[in-house]
Amino acid sequence: MSVRNQPARFESDTDEALELNFDIQGHPVRRPWWKVWSKRNNRVPWVSIFVVLFVLVLPALLADVITTHDPLRGVLADRLTPPFWMEGGTTTYPLGTDKQGRDILTRLIYGARISLTVSTITILIGAVVGSTLGLLAGYFGGWVDRFVSWLIDTFLSLPHVLLALVIVAAIGPSFVTIVAIIAVTIWASFARQVRGETLSVRETEYVARAHVAGTTSWRILLRHVLPNVANTLIVLATLQVGVVILEESSLSFIGAGIPRPNPSWGVMVADGRDQILISWWISFFPGLCILLVVLSLNLLGDWLRDFLDPKMRQRGRS
Amino acid sequence: MSLDQPMGTVNDVPRTAPVLEVQDLRTYLYTRWGTTKAVDGVSFSLGSGETLGIVGESGSGKSMLALSLVRLTPEPAGKIVGGRVMLNGRNVLDLTDRQMREVRGKEISMILQDPQQSLNPVFSVGDQLAEAIRVHDRDLDDKLIHERSVDALKSVHVPAPERRLKNFPHQMSGGMKQRIVGAMAMAYQPQVLVADEPTTALDVTIQAQYLRLLKDLQERTGVAIIVITHDFGVIAETCDRVAVMYAGRFVEEGPVEQIFDHPRHPYTRALLESRPKVDLKSTRLQSIDGQPPSLIDLPIGCRFAARCAYAIERCLAEYPPWFEITEAHAAACWRSEEVPWPSP
Amino acid sequence: MINAVRGLLTLFAVSILVFSLARLTGDPIDVLAPVDISREDEAALRERWGLNGSIWEQYVSFVGNASQGDFGPSFKYPTETAASVIAERLPASISLGIVATVLTLVIGVPLGILSAVKRGSWLDRIAKGLALFGQSVPEFWLAIMLIWFVAVRWNVVPTSGISGWQSYILPSIVISVFGIAALLRLFRSAMLETLGSEYVKLARLKGLSEFKVVWKHALKPASIAPLTFFGGIAVRMLTGATVVEIVFAWPGVGYLAYEAANARDFPVVQALALFTAAVIIIMNLLIDITYAYVDPRVRLGQKAIA
Repeated sequence: MSVRNQPARFESDTDEALELNFDIQGHPVRRPWWKVWSKRNNRVPWVSIFVVLFVLVLPALLADVITTHDPLRGVLADRLTPPFWMEGGTTTYPLGTDKQGRDILTRLIYGARISLTVSTITILIGAVVGSTLGLLAGYFGGWVDRFVSWLIDTFLSLPHVLLALVIVAAIGPSFVTIVAIIAVTIWASFARQVRGETLSVRETEYVARAHVAGTTSWRILLRHVLPNVANTLIVLATLQVGVVILEESSLSFIGAGIPRPNPSWGVMVADGRDQILISWWISFFPGLCILLVVLSLNLLGDWLRDFLDPKMRQRGRS
Repeated sequence: MSLDQPMGTVNDVPRTAPVLEVQDLRTYLYTRWGTTKAVDGVSFSLGSGETLGIVGESGSGKSMLALSLVRLTPEPAGKIVGGRVMLNGRNVLDLTDRQMREVRGKEISMILQDPQQSLNPVFSVGDQLAEAIRVHDRDLDDKLIHERSVDALKSVHVPAPERRLKNFPHQMSGGMKQRIVGAMAMAYQPQVLVADEPTTALDVTIQAQYLRLLKDLQERTGVAIIVITHDFGVIAETCDRVAVMYAGRFVEEGPVEQIFDHPRHPYTRALLESRPKVDLKSTRLQSIDGQPPSLIDLPIGCRFAARCAYAIERCLAEYPPWFEITEAHAAACWRSEEVPWPSP
Repeated sequence: MINAVRGLLTLFAVSILVFSLARLTGDPIDVLAPVDISREDEAALRERWGLNGSIWEQYVSFVGNASQGDFGPSFKYPTETAASVIAERLPASISLGIVATVLTLVIGVPLGILSAVKRGSWLDRIAKGLALFGQSVPEFWLAIMLIWFVAVRWNVVPTSGISGWQSYILPSIVISVFGIAALLRLFRSAMLETLGSEYVKLARLKGLSEFKVVWKHALKPASIAPLTFFGGIAVRMLTGATVVEIVFAWPGVGYLAYEAANARDFPVVQALALFTAAVIIIMNLLIDITYAYVDPRVRLGQKAIA
């Protein structure tokens, strides 16, 4: 999992763009703003934004408005109805129903709400805890840094699926449990990233100047370091939404996440597992939602990184 | 190539047939933004034992020119689109890739700008040197290669060469690395050596040392050297002839003394005037007012006209031809014969 | 050496964490023993499972058992120790892990290298797409979809358990998809960096063949950075394939963890968590050692900028 948390990406698109912005000797070439803007605009991942918006965010916010079916209780008589385009399908249940007769589309919509809630809360916790510790470690160095670094390493080498199983075995699955487990596993990547950034910001001149001017450490952290790290945080948070969604659905799938009958996408895939031969739609659609949303978030995160963080963009080019 | 070729006979065109003759070389970079004419019709020739300096600001295309000579322009954007590069009577641009590899290191070598970056950090110096020797001589046994490596290091005055061979690049100083890069380039005694900013990355004290080393190698082997630099100090110290490059083209060419004393192109003069007079060795180009033109949208007329204090209408309308000042000295400026230029 | 000490410290922290998590519900006896258990039986059970005394004494007995390597008796299989239960399941996981690791290396590394060399080509596009897919696809779903398509519809390979080499095909593909994506990406960006470096230019200047330039001069320095991550990838495949093992009913430690957790077999779950943490720590140590072989700058005691 530590690997998935690690932002890595494709260089080529941005590289090409960079080559174009510099002359042979590395001199910036001035271009009319409209050309720059149109090139930039071309690279906005509209499809990704569209997918994130229409598969994740809007359904999550408007679940009660969009659908009239009950996500938890189905009509037993209508169970295992196939999607509308198949024989026996009906537009009442556009994507079919599961073995309890619950509308798949409705459950997907409510599932988006679960995914979005879990990822928002865990990332808020992870980002606050992680960046605080990262800032402290990077700024103060010394034993603070050594301790925090050790904590980061330890948490990154935790077998978190097993931990989740232990916790769930002990206190049972619940919304709070899953949020706690995921928050525990993601703060470390925030901490590591922020620590690195802070270290480099600390070296820069203006922080030194702030020191000379007699500003206190806390002021420096808040006024100088945090804004510099902000872009990194935005990028990391975007990428982490995908990580959290995958994590939550995996844990829910093995029964260590969102408890039934709540329609987490992971739970839905698990529900359809035994029916895969006859009623493939039960498992297929929730998994497809996860795939599309996570894929889009990854593309979006990479794009945001290029857009917001020129330092990261230029890293790796000598 | 003869070892007794007289050095520094600056006023003469080389008497022997040139080892390298470049005719109307054009190297363009194809980017999404348009075509950058990095090298746009450059011609010169070079006899063995001669040293030609190519001087220009950053972005004038001089590095791209150097890379074009060895056909290592950055792929896939950079392409040599025209001209000829005659090396020992053969057009290098017509060779197959395999033939070209044979030529590199054996007939023409190049020293890259940054010694810190040009050695591979994960292989020992001996390994990298042995590779340069083995590549053109596959049947050498390890012992012979070792001997040759030691000799190569000795030739560039590396102390304790046996021990150095086992070292890794990070264990050496920049000057030492630059010497080793030199040894690699000279391992097969090529006829032409291209040195791209050979001293910019070095300490001032080591710079002079290194330039002396290059001269020394030249005296021993008769290699023709092209020094690419933005530093007139380096030119003064090493070169017989100098060519001034601006926006992809040569604008003035001639013997070093004539160029220094009687520059005939306003750009050359501006370059010379912009450097500090006190210490020749530490000169770096001061900027001239204005920016070099974008190599994508080049003006029809003289490319320097927009920054030139002496520009007349003709300069904007028509690209100047070469005006011969002496037999070896020429400038591409409409007003090169009106010196001293009247004030604007 | 310092790393080894840090590793031990981490292991210690994990043991406390695991132990206290398992005690979150209070007394395991309440959960496990029948409601009408007699006092004598309860005492016997407590004795057997090391649940006597204060929480500290219990922790000490837990660590004591762990250091002897048996982790105490399993709750679910009272005749066996937790360690022996794990040992039984280990071969299945290790063999699957090896197959998946090999698959990852054989596909991920060359594809990453080639897509950097042929940057912008159709191969590069495919590789990029594959990496993005591998990074984003939920494994459990991919597993089920593969079972649906390959195993059931076309009836080509078995869908669960181990019965011959064919059983390895689907699980190892699913496990390696993520690793392939990660390595591909890492090698691609590392290779792009080294291929654009001055020393690769110099290698070409020497007249070396393109093959040597790419596979020697560009590849070796490029493999330093991915090494860091390969540890994580390998660990994930060797121990963390829990989800995949569950879908394929693979009789390995991942599936065991699931069974044990459902059966509230704490000694086994604890042992597994500790064991996994230990494997991860050892793996990281091995990677530190490997560094020294790949990167000469580390040999002098300075760590390379990874």
